Amino acid sequence: MRVTRKDERSIEGALFFSAILAIIILGLIFIFLLREAIPTFYEVPISEFLLGREWFPSSFKDPRFGALPLIAGSFLVVVTAVVIAVPVGLVCAIYIAEIADHRLKEILKPAIEILAGIPSVVYGFIALVLLSEFIQNVLHATYRLNALNGALILSLMILPTIISITEDAINAVPRDYKQASLALGATRWETMRKVTLPAAQSGITVGVMLGMGRAVGETMAVLMATGNSPVVTLNLLRSVETMTAVIAIEMGEVVFGSLHYHALFAIGLLLFIITFAVNLVVDLTIHRRGRMS
Amino acid sequence: MIRDTRYRVPVNPFEEYEFDNADEKIEFDDFHLWYGDNHVLKDIDLEIRENMITAFMGPSGCGKSSLLRAINRMNDLIPECRYKGEIEIDDVDINDPDVDVYELRKKVGMVFQKPNPFPMSIYENVAYGPRIHNMGNGKSLDAIVERSLKEAALWGEVYDRLEDSAMSLSGGQQQRLCIARALAVEPEIILLDEPCSALDPIATTKIEGLMRRLEEKYTVILVTHNLQQAARVSDMTAFMYLGEIIEFDRTRNIFENPREELTENYITGKFG
Amino acid sequence: MDKITVERSVFTIFKLLTWGVVSIVAMLLLFIFSKGLPVLSPDFLTSPPENGMLGGGISIAILGTLMVMVLTIVFAVPLGIGSAIFLAEYTDKVDPRITRMVRLAINNLAGVPSIVYGLLGLGMFVLFLNLRFSVLSAALTLSFLTLPVIIAASEESLRNVPRDYREASLALGATRWETVRHVVLPSALPGIMTACILGLSRAAGETAPLLMTGAAYYLPSFSGNIFRQFMALSTHIFFMSTQSPNPDITRPIQYGTIVVLLIIVLTMNMTAILIRSYYRRKHR
Repeated sequence: MRVTRKDERSIEGALFFSAILAIIILGLIFIFLLREAIPTFYEVPISEFLLGREWFPSSFKDPRFGALPLIAGSFLVVVTAVVIAVPVGLVCAIYIAEIADHRLKEILKPAIEILAGIPSVVYGFIALVLLSEFIQNVLHATYRLNALNGALILSLMILPTIISITEDAINAVPRDYKQASLALGATRWETMRKVTLPAAQSGITVGVMLGMGRAVGETMAVLMATGNSPVVTLNLLRSVETMTAVIAIEMGEVVFGSLHYHALFAIGLLLFIITFAVNLVVDLTIHRRGRMS
Repeated sequence: MIRDTRYRVPVNPFEEYEFDNADEKIEFDDFHLWYGDNHVLKDIDLEIRENMITAFMGPSGCGKSSLLRAINRMNDLIPECRYKGEIEIDDVDINDPDVDVYELRKKVGMVFQKPNPFPMSIYENVAYGPRIHNMGNGKSLDAIVERSLKEAALWGEVYDRLEDSAMSLSGGQQQRLCIARALAVEPEIILLDEPCSALDPIATTKIEGLMRRLEEKYTVILVTHNLQQAARVSDMTAFMYLGEIIEFDRTRNIFENPREELTENYITGKFG
Repeated sequence: MDKITVERSVFTIFKLLTWGVVSIVAMLLLFIFSKGLPVLSPDFLTSPPENGMLGGGISIAILGTLMVMVLTIVFAVPLGIGSAIFLAEYTDKVDPRITRMVRLAINNLAGVPSIVYGLLGLGMFVLFLNLRFSVLSAALTLSFLTLPVIIAASEESLRNVPRDYREASLALGATRWETVRHVVLPSALPGIMTACILGLSRAAGETAPLLMTGAAYYLPSFSGNIFRQFMALSTHIFFMSTQSPNPDITRPIQYGTIVVLLIIVLTMNMTAILIRSYYRRKHR
């Protein structure tokens, strides 16, 4: 059946619409977040929102909407997770990319993909039921569900991201560099340390940033692992609450249109801005790298 | 050996000699082509007649492929492409906005340098064009496929395995399949862009023989960088250099008695 | 220590660490399956929860997850492939700045947290468009979430189709859309299918967006009405382990639900991986 020129036009139009849908969705996210978050600030000054240390939104007499505990909670859990996951991820990536032989790779690479495919709620369950027990047995903390629990499970979750991107970055280093180094008599480890890793540096940085972005946005695992107590602390063994968790938990209890409801959207907006900024930086880094190479 | 030739107009052999039973098929009139700022074709005046093999030859970068592609408007696919002048097929300017470019490409078939059959069966490859142009289905489509494969001298080798993948054929067979595919839509003109450069000598000979048979029914235009091939196969030859046509004449004259010094130098191998 | 000993010890540490991580995950999964598989009787899979969630099965949750997934496919796949086709084949027809903005948007959407998609779903579908808490709201939200994944991977598959095929098709007088439909798309199909399956498996495991757009704690029955609330496997795991009256008693049910979810998700992932490697081998 011959497609006429007119049909061809409308098909192109439909395809074009599909494409700009992405822009539309991004815009919608921004619009709706703003729409529902802004009313918060009619009653709560931004400074109090960002810096207030008390989050008691459902108190009758004196509700407080200081989001700092949530911000601090996310910060503590994410940073700890990244600090754990980056070295481990790097080591695994180096092993897979450079050391493991072909047969082992055939097992390891699917294993990492499986790791990446496990739903976050399953990780959350593991943290809630299994990991917390383990930590308790080892450290005897006061709170069973704490920031460390969240950080550990989170690091496991972002490991696949860091590993696969770092692995790609290492594989992208031209073989010539490695061969030149080896031809000069350097060992494989020396080559790795002095040539390959520095050359893959920007790719690794991208991987770390993306892992960080994923960690900030993770909800279910930290919700089930950290105990959900909004306090500002650097003590890993205390219960904390992340920005993502507070939204998920409290949204089910608010009256739509109340100040509490708007405040949760405000936290969502903050979350969106943070992850958007991280992604923008990653985009620009890749773009700039592309132009330089 | 770069002469400042400001858009030469070569002698038109059709005005010099008598060519009985050869009607004009394609005419270039003051045709220029640019890719961006690159002036690729300069003041092309050329007449191509039917039922002949016309060869475009010349060193790399002389514009012969661009000239070929102008005939079926494949240059349209290049965004920064601009042109000036006219190309007429059967006295109709093919660049006119009213012209249906898809019909044009049905009328003007093309075979590429590297054989590029679709990742489908042999049958489906040949049937692709006719299906697109609603030329038949079922038994009539089978007949078209058979006719095309016979014309391309491939039928005997594949008639019992039409469902096999085209990728299972050798390079030479794949190229003949591409020719069959082009013939299936019943074109009037066939463009071949260095069709043998990726093939071994035996496959090349087969395709050259095929071209001679095809010229009885079609207008064949061949781009080649292989001088001997142009000399062996074509009736008319256009020698090009740096975007211009330097000389256009009967092949025998070009090779035995060229008018231009540039042509002679090229033929004798003084540059390539 | 000389260089070679250093290298050997370093490599050994790396090897132990990597296999350590893999073993931990393997053990966790084995543990979960050992606790969960015994619970999976035909009864468990086909009967609804009973006793105020203290007993019974997970049929409603399975049904809910499947319904949401199907609806998500219906929305996300055509739009995703359409976008990918446009980005791979038609970008010369529009201003390059638009194309760049689209790509930027897709990259950023891929990094948006799932809970933010949940907020969008709540604000836009549930409330603004008044679709209320429903399968439909959830599916629309999940399709937004899945879109970037499908688009990115599909576009790559389309770009991998050799230029030669397109040239040959156009030279025969086919239009660009005919070329896409009959030559490019079939060639890119394995990669596109892989992309869609992976995107879907991600959607199947999502929890937070469902919590905000329609997943219910408990439904005695489910009529299949997409405008009503539903139960899902992912949210069921969450509710049972954190909100149910006695999580310890219902622990077996939780393990069983996790195993069902894992089977669904891991099967999809493995299918996608197999398709990808099969076609990669074929093209070599």
